[in-house]
Order: sequence, then C-alpha cells, then structure tokens
Amino acid sequence: MSRVSKFAGRDPGPAARMAGFMAHLRAHGLRVGVGETDIALRALTHVQAADPDETRRALKTVCTGGAEDIEQFDDLFDSYWLNGGRVRQKVMPSLSETNSESVHSSRPANTGQVAAGAGETTAPDEGTGEAEADGTGKLVASAVQNLMKKDLRDLVQPEQIAEAEAIARRLGAALRHRRSRRRKAARKGDQIHFRKLIRQSLSTGGEPLSLPKKQRPDRPLKIVALCDVSGSMTLYAQVFLAFLAGLMRADDACDAYLFHTRLVRIADALRDKDALRALGRMSVLADGFGGGSKIGASLQQFSRSYARRFVDGRSVVLILSDGYDTDGPELLGTALAKLKKRGCKIIWLNPLKGWADYQPIAQGMAAALPHLDLFCPANRLADLAALEPELTRL
Amino acid sequence: MHWTTRQTAMAEQGYIASDDLAMAVHLALSLGRPLLLEGAAGVGKTEIARVLATICDTQLIRLQCYEGLDAAQAIYEWNYQRQLLTIRAAAEDGETGRSVEQRIFSEDFLLERPLLKSIRQSKSPVLLIDEIDRADEEFEAYLLEILSEFQITVPELGTIKAITQPIVILTANGTRDLSDALRRRCLYAHVDYPERDTELAILKARCPEVEAALANQIIGFVQSLRQEDLEKKPGIAEMLDFSAALMGLGIADLTQNPKLLQASLATLLKTEADRFNITVEVCQRLAGQAA
Repeated sequence: MSRVSKFAGRDPGPAARMAGFMAHLRAHGLRVGVGETDIALRALTHVQAADPDETRRALKTVCTGGAEDIEQFDDLFDSYWLNGGRVRQKVMPSLSETNSESVHSSRPANTGQVAAGAGETTAPDEGTGEAEADGTGKLVASAVQNLMKKDLRDLVQPEQIAEAEAIARRLGAALRHRRSRRRKAARKGDQIHFRKLIRQSLSTGGEPLSLPKKQRPDRPLKIVALCDVSGSMTLYAQVFLAFLAGLMRADDACDAYLFHTRLVRIADALRDKDALRALGRMSVLADGFGGGSKIGASLQQFSRSYARRFVDGRSVVLILSDGYDTDGPELLGTALAKLKKRGCKIIWLNPLKGWADYQPIAQGMAAALPHLDLFCPANRLADLAALEPELTRL
Repeated sequence: MHWTTRQTAMAEQGYIASDDLAMAVHLALSLGRPLLLEGAAGVGKTEIARVLATICDTQLIRLQCYEGLDAAQAIYEWNYQRQLLTIRAAAEDGETGRSVEQRIFSEDFLLERPLLKSIRQSKSPVLLIDEIDRADEEFEAYLLEILSEFQITVPELGTIKAITQPIVILTANGTRDLSDALRRRCLYAHVDYPERDTELAILKARCPEVEAALANQIIGFVQSLRQEDLEKKPGIAEMLDFSAALMGLGIADLTQNPKLLQASLATLLKTEADRFNITVEVCQRLAGQAA
C-alpha cells in the first residue's frame, strides 16, 4: 500500500478533514465528539503531523477510549487517511480473531464476524465533489451465521415483560449488600457523625447536646444473569427471557448473558427502550438458540472474560439452567470455583427442581452444588416471585 | 518538544516506554489533559507517574482508590477536634456564634487530602489516581468536575480554583467498567506486557549486572511463561524480582539447576494453582526453549 494521502489539493483544509475523520470513527462505533476534534487538531501541533506514524500515534491516544477501540483504530486510520488504491478491502475494519478478554462487547464472542456500519464516512470527498471517490463506499454487513434461528418475539409477550419487570424490581430490592465502607447519617448508627455534630453544636455555643450517628447503609447488589437457551431449556426459555428483559429494565446495573454452545452478552440489546425490539435484537445475537448445551465451557469462558470486569464481591451471579451439560462435570466445577473466587454469590435456578421427585443427579448439577449459595426451583414467573424471602436471607 | 525527547528522558530514568505510550505521555503533558492508562497489573502503569515526577522535577501526589473511598479521604476534611476546642474556647471568651462560625470554617481548619492538595501547589505536581476502577461510580462522577474544571467546591468555603494545573495520571486494570464520560475526558493508552526487545531493555536498565546471555534467557522464559494458562501472569516487577533472585542464587544458566529454578519461581507465580500447574517438566521445557 502506498503511503500517500488520498485527498485532492483543493479540499476544504485540515480542520474539515479532521472532522471527516471523526465522523468516520463515529460511524464505526468509537465515542468521539466535537471536543475530540478540537483536541486532535491541537495534538497535531505538538507532533510532526507530516509523519503518518507519528500522526497515527497522536490520534490514537486522543480518539480511543478502551482496548476495543485500539484494536480497530489502525484499520480505521488507514482506511481514511491513506490511499488504499481502488481495492476496497482495507476499508473494512477487520476484527482480530481472538477477542481480548479485556474487551467488553455485545458481539458474539467467538464468531469473529461483525456487522460494520454503512458508508458516508469521508466528509471531504462528499463536500467538494473534486476528490477521488474511493472512500465513500458502503461497508457491507456480513451475514450472521445461521444455525437454528427462532424469533424470540414469538415466545414472549409484552404483558409478560411488564409482569417480569415488577418481579425483577422486587427481587433486586431484596438483594442488599451490608458491608458498605462509606457511612451515612442514620438515626441509629454505630459511629458519631462529626460533621453534623459540629454544625449542631454551634447553635448551643459549642456544647454538643445531641450526638448524631452514622451507619453503613445497605447497598443494592449487582445481578449478573446467565440464561441457558439450549434445546432442553426451550420450554422454560419464555419465562426466563421475560424475566431477563424485566430485570434489565428494572435495574441499570445488572448484566445478562445467554449461553448454549457459547456465551453471548445481551445486556445492551435488552436495554433497548422498545421491549419487543429488544427481543428482536437479542434473536440476532442468539443464533444457535435451542441447540446443544455446553454449560461448563460457557461458564469457563464467562469466568475468564467478562467476570474479571463485571463480577466482584458486590455481585450475585444468577444461573438459569437445567444442568444438562454435554461437557464433563469437572469443567463446570472448576469454572464455578473460579467464579466464586471473585467473591460473588452464586444462585442457580433450575426448572427441573420443581418436579416432585427431582434429585440433582445430572453429573453437571452434582459438580456444581458445592459452589452454590442457593439452589432453587423456578419454571414460572410466580416461582421467581416466590424467591424474594430466600434472597433477603442471603 | 519532540515526543522522542520525552521517551529518551524517561529511558534515562530507567523507564522504557513503547512508542504509543511515549506519544500519549507527550500529548498529555503538551495539551494538559489527564492520561488514562489501562492494562494488566504489573506492567508499570503506576511507575510512569513516578518517573514523570522525576523528569518534571516536581512532587508526586498519590491517591490510592478503593471501594468506599469518600470525599473525606480524597478531597478534604474539616479538623473536627480543633473545631470543637475552638468553639469551647470561644464560648468562654464570649465570642459571638457568627464570628466563631466564620473562624472555624476557614482554611486553617481544613485538612487537605490528595485532590485538594494537588490543585494548590505552586508548581504543577503529578497527581496519580491509582486504580480508579476500584472506587465507586459516584466518586468517578465527582472526579469529572475536578478533571474538567480543576476546581473544588467546599460548601462552607466556596469554590477553590486551581493555582496550577496538576499533571493527572489515572490508572485502571479493569475491576469495573469506567464511564464513557471519564474516558472521553482523558487521553488513553493501553499498556500491555512489553515486547521482547522492550522488556530486555527494561532488564538492562534496571539490573545492568545481569549477563547478556542470562538476560536473554530470562526474558525468553518469562515471555513464554505468560503464554501459559495462568491465573496471574507475571508482570515486569515480577520479572525483575526473578532476575534479582537468580543473581542472588548465582545461577548463570537457567537449564543448569532445575531445583533452584523451580524454587525461584516463587518470585514469578503468586497463586497456589499456578505453582501447581507449572511443574518441573513444564518449567524445564520453557527454560530449554528460552536457552
């Protein structure tokens, strides 16, 4: 690739090009705004802007905000500033094969496919009509792997989501963390609230007549839900997905994942304001729905990647699964042990446990039991609602 | 100033920075923007602040974040004991409530904590906000006000404006996701485990007494150890400890004494599971490859 700028001599100038570059980055999901354009231009006055490598480094540090952005940046930079010739392959931001564990994304973790944003990315080209037009091409959204698709919208009704939301809200309120280190003023506290004491004592000439107290407040726990949508769970998926959708709406801090043979993060998709559209977006993410189940592998993947960032001592991991695993039980055991080390509470809701004579003899389930804080039945929304007192006790 | 000049200056202080990182530091200093450094533990994020303070010949003010960090520890606190005593003394002198109040809520009674301290220095200090992701989200929001305006509001005193703008370095290692607002306010650099050549240069800068052949082996060994499935990968500090341990034990060749090498792994592997996974055989294989 020749390293020359692709801009014609008569475009509106560097500021406009930079604005075009920012639009290009925005179109590919980087979070940059007017402020960044300004900083980027100022940054270039502090480096040799004629040197592409130097400019690349300078813009990289200004425009990126995370490991995910950094991965994309070089390709985006090349596709905008450097003349890739008429071959369009360089325009497509390639996703590296291995998703880094520090990358937080709603994309399917292993498919390596990405639906790239559509064109109109280079403003100078558009603006003048003089320059070459090779940067304006539409980026093609790649087809999503089509294994066995089910539209989740057929499964879940909007009324159910509303009901689930109410239940999820109650459950969220029941889960409280009691070890906050910050203290707040409270009528019955274990420490004296000095700040308040001084204030109040002023009115009585420095004599502290009342002793205001402070106490550690209860804090909500963060719920991280992992829902099994493999073939054996299809019957219950309806209930659980409605519950997840409700949970996402009720609580901003919680997080949700689906797994069958692999793990998919669905929290962002589920937070869509339109409940049905949220399910639609999730259907796209959850291809492979109703297939086999690899609970152990999925949980292992979770504990290695997302859990490192999103699970801590103030989290509750909620696993919704029947425990029928095609992998060996050891994998599930070690995955849960690893997860447990992050200090979280683990709750397993098993729809089969509701059956009269159920014994957790599925090997996977037996391996999981020692790591669980709570093991409960759940196959209807009403069952989930009944969990409230159990959770309060945790 | 050219960015490579900074890179050289940092190298003189024993900090070998990658090109991306050096550029980020250069721009943070030139533009006066905070710099957010992200990366695994033990890759030298905190060390950058120390080195910058030395280069700029200024003070390093450090705020270690933790869960539950509050304003009283991060920004300021009133000296309550002194206030109480003053009120009692004033009452005996017959001073009026109003003048007492004005007196005890003055700067004499204010205890500066790192954030307030950093904006009231006569020479721009380096402010290191370490492990910002450990602090609560509310604290992050408060930090935004300081990072954008460089001013702190104390309700009893009013707004305190910065005399000089501190050089702000924030570090994070992914305990929790940071808000977009904070990320956007900062320049960003991802600090990764160094490349082979960079790490070799670090070892040479920090432990010049290590022989070239052994240094090569050490770096090869540590780099391939990072490829193994470990709970906690060894960072640069661990690598330096390991080198020092080998020097102390008088080992000149990694393959020479398997037992001693296994013992010195205590400097690299910090969890029981990792010690268990890296058996003598694995260790010898890695050492053999590195040699």
